[in-house]
Amino acid sequence: MAERKVLPREDERCFLLSRLGADSPKPRVKLGGVFCSVQDAFDNKTLNFESFSPAPARRGARGRAEEPHTPPGLADCSQHSTSTVTARGSDHLIIKGGKIVNDDQSFYADIYIEDGVIKQIGENLIVPGGAKIIDAYGHIVIPGGIDVNTRLHAPFLGMNPADDFYHGTQAALAGGTTMIIDHVLPEPGTSLLAAFDQWRDLADKSSCCDYSLHVDITRWHEGLVEELEALVKDKGVNSFLIFMAYKDKFQSTDTQMYEAFGVLRDLGAIAQVHAENGDIIEEEQKKLLDLGITGPEGHVLSHPEEVETEAVFRAITIAKQANCPLYITKVMSKSAADVIAQARKKGMVVYGEPITASLGTDGSHYWSKNWAKAAAYVMAPPLNPEPGTSDYLNSLLSCGDLQVTGSAHSTFTTAQKAVGKDNFTLIPEGTNGIEERMSVIWEKAVVAGKMDENEFVAVTSTNAAKIFNLYPRKGRIAVGADADIVIWNPKEARIFSAKSHNSTVECNIFEGMECRGSPAVVISQGKVVLEAGKLNVTEGSGRFVPRKSFPDFVYKRIKARTRMADARGVPRGQYDGPVHDVISATKSVPPTPTGRGPTCPGKAQITPARNLHQSGFTLSGTQMDDHIPRRTAQRIVAPPGGRSNITSLS
Amino acid sequence: MSHFERRCNKEEDLPVYLARPGSASQSASQSPRQKSYGMFSSVEGAFENKSIALESYCAQRKRSRSRGTGGPPGSRSNGPQARSFFGGTSAADSVRLCVSLPFHLVPQSDRLLIKGGRVVNDDLSFFADIYLEDGVIKQLGENLIVPGGVKIIEANGRMVIPGGIDVNTCLQKPYLGTQTVDDFFQGTKAALAGGTTMIVDHVTPQPGASLLQAFEKWQEAADKKSCCDYSLHVDIPHWHEGVKEELEVLVQEKGINSFQVYMAYKDLYQMTDTQLYEAFSFLKELGAVVLVHAENGDLIAQEQSKILGMGITGPEGHALSRPEELEAEAVFRAITLGNRVNCPVYITKVMSKSAADIVALSRKKGSVVFGEPITASLATDGTHYWSKNWAKAAAFVMSPPLSPDPTTPDHLNSLLACGDLQVVGSAHCAYSTSQKAIGKDNFTLIPEGTNGVEERMSFVWDKAVAVGKMDENQFVAVSSTNAAKIFNLYPRKGRIAVGSDGDIVIWDPDKMKTITAKTQQSAVEYNIFEGMECRGGPLVVISQGKIVYEDGKLHVQQGVGRFIPRKPFADYIYQRITMRSKTMAARGVSRGMYDGPVYDIPATPKYVTPAPSTKTSPAKNQPPPIRNLHQSNFSLSGAQVDDNVPRRSGHRIVAPPGGRSNITSLG
Repeated sequence: MAERKVLPREDERCFLLSRLGADSPKPRVKLGGVFCSVQDAFDNKTLNFESFSPAPARRGARGRAEEPHTPPGLADCSQHSTSTVTARGSDHLIIKGGKIVNDDQSFYADIYIEDGVIKQIGENLIVPGGAKIIDAYGHIVIPGGIDVNTRLHAPFLGMNPADDFYHGTQAALAGGTTMIIDHVLPEPGTSLLAAFDQWRDLADKSSCCDYSLHVDITRWHEGLVEELEALVKDKGVNSFLIFMAYKDKFQSTDTQMYEAFGVLRDLGAIAQVHAENGDIIEEEQKKLLDLGITGPEGHVLSHPEEVETEAVFRAITIAKQANCPLYITKVMSKSAADVIAQARKKGMVVYGEPITASLGTDGSHYWSKNWAKAAAYVMAPPLNPEPGTSDYLNSLLSCGDLQVTGSAHSTFTTAQKAVGKDNFTLIPEGTNGIEERMSVIWEKAVVAGKMDENEFVAVTSTNAAKIFNLYPRKGRIAVGADADIVIWNPKEARIFSAKSHNSTVECNIFEGMECRGSPAVVISQGKVVLEAGKLNVTEGSGRFVPRKSFPDFVYKRIKARTRMADARGVPRGQYDGPVHDVISATKSVPPTPTGRGPTCPGKAQITPARNLHQSGFTLSGTQMDDHIPRRTAQRIVAPPGGRSNITSLS
Repeated sequence: MSHFERRCNKEEDLPVYLARPGSASQSASQSPRQKSYGMFSSVEGAFENKSIALESYCAQRKRSRSRGTGGPPGSRSNGPQARSFFGGTSAADSVRLCVSLPFHLVPQSDRLLIKGGRVVNDDLSFFADIYLEDGVIKQLGENLIVPGGVKIIEANGRMVIPGGIDVNTCLQKPYLGTQTVDDFFQGTKAALAGGTTMIVDHVTPQPGASLLQAFEKWQEAADKKSCCDYSLHVDIPHWHEGVKEELEVLVQEKGINSFQVYMAYKDLYQMTDTQLYEAFSFLKELGAVVLVHAENGDLIAQEQSKILGMGITGPEGHALSRPEELEAEAVFRAITLGNRVNCPVYITKVMSKSAADIVALSRKKGSVVFGEPITASLATDGTHYWSKNWAKAAAFVMSPPLSPDPTTPDHLNSLLACGDLQVVGSAHCAYSTSQKAIGKDNFTLIPEGTNGVEERMSFVWDKAVAVGKMDENQFVAVSSTNAAKIFNLYPRKGRIAVGSDGDIVIWDPDKMKTITAKTQQSAVEYNIFEGMECRGGPLVVISQGKIVYEDGKLHVQQGVGRFIPRKPFADYIYQRITMRSKTMAARGVSRGMYDGPVYDIPATPKYVTPAPSTKTSPAKNQPPPIRNLHQSNFSLSGAQVDDNVPRRSGHRIVAPPGGRSNITSLG
């Protein structure tokens, strides 16, 4: 077995393929039917596996560059960057007796993991000796969760979140999430690439699980196009966030959004939107502060549900116009979710991401007498004060109207939150949820009977992997996929509390909530990181997972529509009827700046075309008798050839 | 008797007919038959209560009266006198009114009796005779006692409805130095021919110009030319602090209670959300109605340049660059803003299904919002933009454009019938083909506007009542009563009741007519409804108590139209708004002071100076961090070598001297 490992990868692939015909280590015939199809389907896909990295040449370089700062004790399980792997007993794992749950089906099979990759699935597997055996009887075996929305480094007013990449990913693993996608938040006006590199540096050093990065576009201008192209083509980023809120800081105007969406579509990226109407929010904030409301309740009062809904609606409209796939981060209210669901029914390519907080709790806590508790819930869009919201969002999640769950984990300590103790607009925004995400969904949706275990896998990992082009490497238990696996105990209950959680903040917004369902064993990159309640993580072991542009799941439809949507003009003869003589309007004042934020120069008013045939003498302009209407005939420039048929009004 | 005399005598008149219901002698002898009495008296009584306040519906009593008596010297010198006609002649005689001789006033000539009609109001229909005197309905009932010598119109059981109110016309809208071909004379003539006896026109000042001056210009023009009563909306082309004063004057002194704001026309009229918020807040305080032109101008500008870039220059580019979604989006945003400000929002020109659905949906959620479909959107669709005939395609250009979806008119009519949309306008803004041809090589230059003031009532009847979607009462509601209520003209307009103005239409539900530019009143060469057959139309139109349309002939007089001032805080709208203002006030939570640890924000050297941007409101840039004065000068903050190493949160906490107090404990 070991020598098989030493074979170059190409050969190994051939071997795997040829193995299909061989009859010795075959699964039982009975299960073969169910299982083979999966294996086959997957093998086909694994053929282009290498191509999932955006720049093969670069990746090789990165792989080498990575090696130095990989701690020596840690197995380098990046199978793709190293052609030879030394056999190490600790890297062999076999998960026995569990029920494998993918998003499409569940079946009983054992899983053999080697070098951080799933090598075999089936029963009675032939595996080398010395593999560690994990007993999964009575549990379900699911792909590790993917948390698509975290902010583990994004600063607020110069304060970094309390949970950095190390603490954040540790908490993620403790909750059954084996991959995160973090948001890079560049300062407005600075280079996206520089910020991206900064985030990568940090995450490479301290992340404990695989990660990828979204890049936020904090100020759109034409010059960003090159950087975006570089990020998409060389850096493996295929999703960018645009803000509709945070006026005068991050907010983009509709025009900017339209331009950005157009560019992102051409690049094959996904446009994410923080959907809130920043203009209204700012006005409301002023009004509330004037009323003397300074506590956290002011936050929710100034960010009403409608403001979120409006922005979601507008974002969808703009995306429709630009024919760009849209992804709404942080769906927090019923009406916003409804707008997404409706747009999907009308055929829009739009995805909605509720988060742990909106699925697990509500916004009534903003009125808590305890300032620290109320402030802990401050995030934007805020939690909805209506207690039925979380149930509703869970229902939409179950029926597929919402697709992905994130956590929007961005934690600030009470001391940090207290910066806004006299002014709610200064309270740093963000809640915890990275650790609680999977359990909350299990409790609220699966235990409640809204969702089955397959759908649970879909919303916690598979859909995210598909949308962000990580599939099938992530989000599926199949041969060739990364060994990010969670053995889920559907029965064990646990109670969330700031005392026992892995985050560093002193206030957990789910404090006291009891959830059935929790991870029993978590395997990340083929290594057991959580077992028997004990975390065993290594700082810096997380790899950056690059994502290619044009994810099929999203872009197949967009491409087809681009072909269809070409507007065509009507071929007509030239209009040669009379034309009213236009005077260059002297009355018009210089255009006043409009738009929702910083206006972009270069979009001046279209000046009326000047008729050069016009004589210098004209009766136009303000005249004494201007108030007397003229009959149309008066100022007509009669065409020399008379009226032709094309203008005749039959 | 002319209307100004009525006004002067009003005070004397009022007690007379107020006293009437109580006086036993009259009610015994002259009251209607007992059978219909019950049905009718409630209406009469109900109205009379209201009519007491009639006079107060003019915003500025002195002004309106002086306007009535004296009037601007040039504008109405011969108006009132010339308006009289031979009341006694029964035969339809077109000559008598076409000649605008300054008749000697004959008191009887203003008296009219409509006999045997079925009076249709928005709430009920009943048979009654109507006696009109001095342009006002004086009596309503059966067996009326009227003075001799009145002209009698036999309605023969036909419907008698309040004259239509067209809430959206642009009869003097300038475009690049030219003006609409239908001015106040042409336009109101067309209106009367279609059964509309009052229009509310849009004053469209240029950005930067004075609203008051524009208003006066419009009023002057309309006073000179209008053939029917009119009122004015004022458009706000550009929001700034200085506008506020003018708005106040307009509302409180000039009798304007509705203002239009634009979400489209980027860099020209368009307002940002912030400006809209401010405008809504201010107009709400004034008690006005906000009319919104709802289209997303930013996206339109983008689409226009894209489509021009593709080489599409014809009118189809207009429809392509203004898709339905952009209208729906803006409607949604306008309603959201209205909800936040708690301000009534009125969507002008609802042109698409989705926009109408949004209006309907938000009404179900309790928003105070009104939707106005127009003649064009109710009767035709946007497929014509693709016509091979440029002139025809261009004639349909208006914004928001007609939806290319041919099922749109049906849908809008259904919503109108069920009350989800409330008012029908025409958005009559007619440009000749040669004016439209300004944009022959660039669709963005085609002046926007279609006809519809004349066809409005007939098409609502044809598309909604004749097909069974709507009953006659709802027809009255959408064509006049609702408009009167929303814009605070009710019950002077929009109802047939004692004390109301004598704006009455005798409606023939079976009249068939083929719409064509050849027979229309409008001056435009191309009628967008060309060739459409239409059932229902006016038989007789009475404006200000005088017959202006009879037997297919118009007898109008330029300049007789009066400006009808409108008071703010229309009950129909503002009762709800006022209640909500009371209950919706946000309240804070009373807490003790937070006295736990506060993170110290370093004066961040990492922050780059905010890049220059043309922000209009510098209000919320980086809020200055609150500096803790207890902090020592020595700090590890600022850029350090180890900045990239994340810190545990505990590091930089300034521990409070008294330790943690209970208020912050996380129990």
